[in-house]
Amino acid sequence: MIKKVVIAASVAVVFAGAAQARDQIQIVGSSTVFPFSTAVAEAFGQKTRFSTPVVESTGSGGGMKLFCSGVGTGHPDITNASRRIKSSEVELCAKNGVADITEVKLGYDGIVIANAIEAPAYDLTLRDLYMALAKDVPTADGKWIPNPNKTWKDVNASLPAVKIEVLGPPPTSGTRDAFVELAMEGGCKTFDWVKALKKKDKAAYKAGCHTVREDGGYIDAGENDNLMVQKLTSNPDALAIFGFSFLDQNADKVKGSRVGGVAPEFELIADGSYPVSRALYFYVKQAHIGVVPGIAEYVAEFTSEAAWGPEGYLGDKGLIPMSDAERAQWSASAQGNAKLSM
Amino acid sequence: MTDAPMNGQPGEVRRGLSRTDTMETVRKGLRRRYAAERRFKWYGRIAIAIALGFLVVLVGSILFRGASVITQTHILLSVELPMDAFSVDGEVTDESLQRADFGGIVKQALRDRFPDVSKRRDRRTLYQLISTGATYELRDHVVADPSLIGQTIDIWLTASDDIDMLDKGYIDRNVDSTGRRVSDQQIAWYDALIADGRLERHFNTTFFTSGDSREPEQAGIWGAALGSFYTLMVTLLLAFPLGVTTAVYLEEFAPKNKWTDLIEVNINNLAAVPSIIFGLLGLAVFLNVIGLPRSAPLAGGVVLALMTLPTIIIAGRAALKAVPPSIREAALGVGASRLQTVTHHVLPLAMPGMLTGSIIGMAQALGETAPLLMIGMVAFIVDLPGGPLDPATVLPVQVYIWADSPERAFVERTSAGIIVLLLFLVVMNLSAVMLRKRFERRW
Repeated sequence: MIKKVVIAASVAVVFAGAAQARDQIQIVGSSTVFPFSTAVAEAFGQKTRFSTPVVESTGSGGGMKLFCSGVGTGHPDITNASRRIKSSEVELCAKNGVADITEVKLGYDGIVIANAIEAPAYDLTLRDLYMALAKDVPTADGKWIPNPNKTWKDVNASLPAVKIEVLGPPPTSGTRDAFVELAMEGGCKTFDWVKALKKKDKAAYKAGCHTVREDGGYIDAGENDNLMVQKLTSNPDALAIFGFSFLDQNADKVKGSRVGGVAPEFELIADGSYPVSRALYFYVKQAHIGVVPGIAEYVAEFTSEAAWGPEGYLGDKGLIPMSDAERAQWSASAQGNAKLSM
Repeated sequence: MTDAPMNGQPGEVRRGLSRTDTMETVRKGLRRRYAAERRFKWYGRIAIAIALGFLVVLVGSILFRGASVITQTHILLSVELPMDAFSVDGEVTDESLQRADFGGIVKQALRDRFPDVSKRRDRRTLYQLISTGATYELRDHVVADPSLIGQTIDIWLTASDDIDMLDKGYIDRNVDSTGRRVSDQQIAWYDALIADGRLERHFNTTFFTSGDSREPEQAGIWGAALGSFYTLMVTLLLAFPLGVTTAVYLEEFAPKNKWTDLIEVNINNLAAVPSIIFGLLGLAVFLNVIGLPRSAPLAGGVVLALMTLPTIIIAGRAALKAVPPSIREAALGVGASRLQTVTHHVLPLAMPGMLTGSIIGMAQALGETAPLLMIGMVAFIVDLPGGPLDPATVLPVQVYIWADSPERAFVERTSAGIIVLLLFLVVMNLSAVMLRKRFERRW
């Protein structure tokens, strides 16, 4: 008898829950934007009378999928991305009734190639990185050969004769995507015949430029960047690829290598001279503004100088701010709910 | 005893098997068997020692890293609360209190303490001594007691995570200052505060009473503990009655035929299904079809209930099987109906075993993150959940989120979170043992 009551009560609770509206903003998306988005969410919760938004780290692609799944309080209001929305995702959104989206660029993230503080400093070029980490490398006479390079000296005579051992994020990571696109492809393109190949045979170009070696030179170290910092301190020969914020927080244990002669420093990433950096975005579902309370205020908090400005609290979290002109432009379009057009 | 073989022909003497030889062989064999037994015992002991060694290293390192979270560094500041900062037209109202610039007041207090800091850049490093949450601590303090306005009060405010790490000895002040999180100047201020007795470590109430935060010094485990509690309550309320009724029906009432065999095989298989599958099911059915709120302990509890059901059913059936048939026969013999036999006699005797099974199932559910990933409980949530419908996260997810955060101070919080999770588990397992000891019957 009691059991029946309990079951009936649980079922009743289930359906009561279904009818409930939502009073906190739901944010999904990139794990790279997660530290920044959560910092803004927390400040927003403390400063205003709205509930603190719930932020999930689903990855850029996963976030887009959830975001574009429909309109209504069962679907998230904002998605973060460490890349721009793709046209296929815009189409998916439109198909599910998510027509009006506001795009906001929030700043930059630098990808650093770091090693232990007591290890020798590296000065790498994009070509060095590519030649060290690609599965197949191009030769001068227009062929692909399996990567013969075992040490950094094999790659570039000016580098130390240390075994190539690079810890990096797994293929599911946005950081890995960006690294492959910016650093590896950047290095790959320095071969003239490969660059010409892009027009002729895009598939072969991508396979050659985007495939990371699997013979132990590149070590999949999982998504946990703290773990990579620990591994670097215990193995001075290894290098690791992670986001700038981890270098910033652990600058007494690890140091970033120069890439193309530019050190991964705050100012140098901000002005665009550090080559391996990418823009970060978030996207707002306009149909939810006014339905879920606080969305406009959250966007205002994110785009305020106190948050994303050069002296703002997001800078302390490792975000590289945009230039004054860019900030002014993006905050105007964000607060005016400008519609995304591809 | 004779030397003559028992089943041989009389008078025939077997060669090479004198009495002494036989005894010798037996003795050798015995010795070998004893030695084998001794060796086996030692293998066992060594295995246990290795296992214990790992456990000690694991728990020890977690305790070693997490213990320091018990205290948190605070700084005593003399804060001036001028009337005009809080009032509009000379009147202090709720609204004027909310609008007051508490951040500016805290900064002013810091500048008053170190008046020789004048450059803008230096001031910024000065402000970094204090947690950004100090603003809200002061606000709550003043809102709770508005009569303080107009006075200068001494108040302990939370120090920033970097200062906390420095105080706890995690930052080496002898390293070259370029790579250090705390500058030489900040160390000088820190030393001055210590000399004045204005920097102390107090019990870390924040950690045990608040939800998550991006600032390590403001992050707490209580939100996740509440989330785990609500989730497990939902799981228990659903899985226990369903599991027990299923077990009783299958064991006591169901006919033995192809259908019940099929159901049994399926339940056993279900117990081995990877937990992420249940998460996908939860997303597809409970969130998308029924429309349960995302990130809510209700949805999480329902998914985990599905996951623990097979465990409870299997343990429940084993417990029912262990009740001797004589009990049933005696009850039926004095005229009890089958339902009465089960509810009055069999079920009470099987209950300790069923409870143990359920608690083990619940303990497993407590440690799950994978099924919760799909239904949005792996999330950053600051507000404490007030019930099973509010967004919440659970203890293992909190540990994961902290382990993934760049700030150094989250390392000790990760370990402390693991300690809290382990304590939860120990309490649950202890209660399982106690229930069994208390109600167990032996025949």
